[in-house]
Amino acid sequence: MGKFVRLSKGFDIKLKGKPSAQVFDLEMPDTVSVKPTDFQGLYMPKVLVNQGDTVQAGTPLFHDKQFTDISFTSPVSGEVVEVVRGEKRKLLEIRILADRKTEHKAFRKVSVSDLSTLPVSELRSQMLESGVWTQLIQRPFGIIADPNVKPKAIHISAFDSSPCAPDYSILFKGQDHFFQAGVDVLKRFTEGTIHINTISTLEISTLFSQVKGAQVNKFHGKHPAGCVGVQIHHLDAINKGEIVWTINPAGVIQIGKLFLNGVYDATKIVALTGPEVKNPQYYRTVQGASVKKLLAGNLNSDHCRVISGNVLTGTQIGKEGHLGYFDHQVTVLTEGDYYEFLGWILPTVNKLSFSRAFGLLSFLNPSKEYKLDTNTHGEERSFVQSGVFEKVTPMDIYPVHLLKAIMANDVDEMEALGIYEVIEEDLALCEFVDVSKHNVQEILRDGLEMMRTS
Amino acid sequence: MKFLRNQLDKVKHNFEKGGKLEKYYYAYEAFETFLFAPNTTTHGKGVHVRDAIDLKRLMMTVILAMVPCLLFGTWNIGHQHFLALGQTGTFGEKILLGLGQVVPLIIVSYGVGLGIEFVFAIMRKHPVNEGYLVTGMLIPLVMPPDIPLWQVAVATAFAVVIGKEAFGGTGMNVVNIALTARAFLYFAYPSQISGEVWTLLGEGAKTVQGYSGATPLAVAAASTGNVMNDFAQFGSGWAEGIYSLNNLFLGIRPGSVGETSTLMCLVGAAILIITGVGSGRIIVSVFAGAYAMGLLLNVIGGNPFMEMPAHYHLVIGGLAFGAVFMATDPVTATHTGTGKWIYGFLIGVFTVLIRVFNPAYPEGIMLAILLMNVFAPLIDYFVLNANKNRRLKRATV
Repeated sequence: MGKFVRLSKGFDIKLKGKPSAQVFDLEMPDTVSVKPTDFQGLYMPKVLVNQGDTVQAGTPLFHDKQFTDISFTSPVSGEVVEVVRGEKRKLLEIRILADRKTEHKAFRKVSVSDLSTLPVSELRSQMLESGVWTQLIQRPFGIIADPNVKPKAIHISAFDSSPCAPDYSILFKGQDHFFQAGVDVLKRFTEGTIHINTISTLEISTLFSQVKGAQVNKFHGKHPAGCVGVQIHHLDAINKGEIVWTINPAGVIQIGKLFLNGVYDATKIVALTGPEVKNPQYYRTVQGASVKKLLAGNLNSDHCRVISGNVLTGTQIGKEGHLGYFDHQVTVLTEGDYYEFLGWILPTVNKLSFSRAFGLLSFLNPSKEYKLDTNTHGEERSFVQSGVFEKVTPMDIYPVHLLKAIMANDVDEMEALGIYEVIEEDLALCEFVDVSKHNVQEILRDGLEMMRTS
Repeated sequence: MKFLRNQLDKVKHNFEKGGKLEKYYYAYEAFETFLFAPNTTTHGKGVHVRDAIDLKRLMMTVILAMVPCLLFGTWNIGHQHFLALGQTGTFGEKILLGLGQVVPLIIVSYGVGLGIEFVFAIMRKHPVNEGYLVTGMLIPLVMPPDIPLWQVAVATAFAVVIGKEAFGGTGMNVVNIALTARAFLYFAYPSQISGEVWTLLGEGAKTVQGYSGATPLAVAAASTGNVMNDFAQFGSGWAEGIYSLNNLFLGIRPGSVGETSTLMCLVGAAILIITGVGSGRIIVSVFAGAYAMGLLLNVIGGNPFMEMPAHYHLVIGGLAFGAVFMATDPVTATHTGTGKWIYGFLIGVFTVLIRVFNPAYPEGIMLAILLMNVFAPLIDYFVLNANKNRRLKRATV
């Protein structure tokens, strides 16, 4: 029986540019990119292809030297055109010139009934080889799941609560069959429960409500209710020494397709959102696609920032950049590089704030959508504990003290205060509301890396 | 605006790295960000949008909450002056007289405090933090109206240098800075900040017959019979009913510039709580603590002050002002939600204890807050430990 969890803390950022429900089929992008930087905790990626090689969807492009089993594969077929490296030859991207029509590398096709009888080792090796394994994320630390570990449970967040988030019932429409197969496969990897966490305010799509072999929980509350870390905390919190896996429904479906169809299918639907987009809506494209065609003729101004992901955790990619591996959303904002005369004190109804401090009137109109930009609205200052972090963290965790423990490099204190239970997205709102404008997520990642490598 | 911006941009390069005035960059930055919210944008990874609030606005909200106390205090200085002299003054005269005292106090407090802040900011190469905007307003409000200005200057300098900068600057101080200034004066120049100094009389002024400048706290502490009777009789002949419950609540009585009116403090509290800037938990629990302790003393009995009805504790002295503006200082208060209840409650309890049992100094709120400032980290320590233990327990079950 699923649990019902009511969360009272949190904040929904009402951003202009919510996607309308249409889905547009985008033609194949020119280039597609796979970025090791989308993944946390890689030790040293080693490139397995050369410039000029032709690859199929599912051909390994690189692997990590520490876990050579886990392949990072090409989402499309085509020619490797560029291996982009940064400082100290750090691998940043592998770009592929995509074929018009994708050729898939053939993997073993399995019937639904075989999913529960095939040896786990065979399931695992096909997942590792094909590239779907990297969809599995391990908590603590938010890194790619270790294939040799049995997780305590697997959690799937079935909704996205972040600003202008895509609606999962549109993203995964008609994929029930594959989702079920994916769940059947995942079931083989754990003796614990598979949790599917839905939101109470929307009608749950049959994809999640009809699934067998998993526990469907309901959450009620504002962002970050959709963050899987928050959900785990309330369902079955992570203790020291425990390992939990998380996976997006997209990953589950990809696993299902791998076994039922025998292909590595990297097509996905993304939502193009944000105040700078003319027609915010959904587009069918492919993982790692260049956003050039997506944005063509669709922007209100040139002076904007293109983000793969949402405005809280996304990555700036530029107008010709490529989608992030885990992202189902592209957000476009105005760059906020302007000075504002007496901007720190003038009353305003056009700026969004969690606070109700003098002159910040957004609380009077809670349903208004705002045209937010990237301005920091203030300068970095000393840390002042205004108690506001706690109000946007619906967990039994003291974020301020945890962050201070990280800054003090105090590993024992970090552990005691619950660093195993969070990753960046769970505390992203703290960064948004911070009066002193600190980079909370960056600090947290430093702490996580410190814990992981200590 | 364009003109101002252009002027700023014209001189900016001098202060930037490599410019000839490079070391004064943070002084320039303070002025620039005062005029214009900066054009900085968020990083490429992490949050791309930021809340519209910044530290300046947060601090301004607190100052705004103090304005009712400040305005009332200004009038009250004049009012008490004319009462003591047995004259009647017009509203304008009272305000004018009050302004004559309050404005210099504010100028000295901000002048000295911000001056030191700038010097330290330049020396230590860190931005000028806005925290002093609040402290600089609090200091005048907790001073007696006729305090010599040089003492205010010395106290402010002491508080900022020893109370704050010595601990590492804004956000690092252990005790409330404005209270440090006040405590410094109390221990360094006791004659100017205790006894009958709470009414502005003026040089050689002749007070009205029967006049006494004793505050309600002094009256209560000195009472030998019934505090209520003493309050009722106080002021007979020159200011009937000055210490009636009603009047005490409104604050038309002698005292520090801004502390007298419980009503105005409650207006401030409402602003702080509605805006979410001040902690309602602390404010409520200070009052609750004081009231509970007052009730307990009522039950025990023993001397007139102990038998004074508990609710009087809430309207005399500086309890309300301390509860609303001093105890809620986010830096020196407890940082955990549960801790705030405990912290506030104990401040209330200690305030009443000090008032009733300390013969030397009738006002307890200052010492109670300073004491609890020191204990705040300890309270947080226990609250955090409870959190850690919950986590540990979960792991072992």
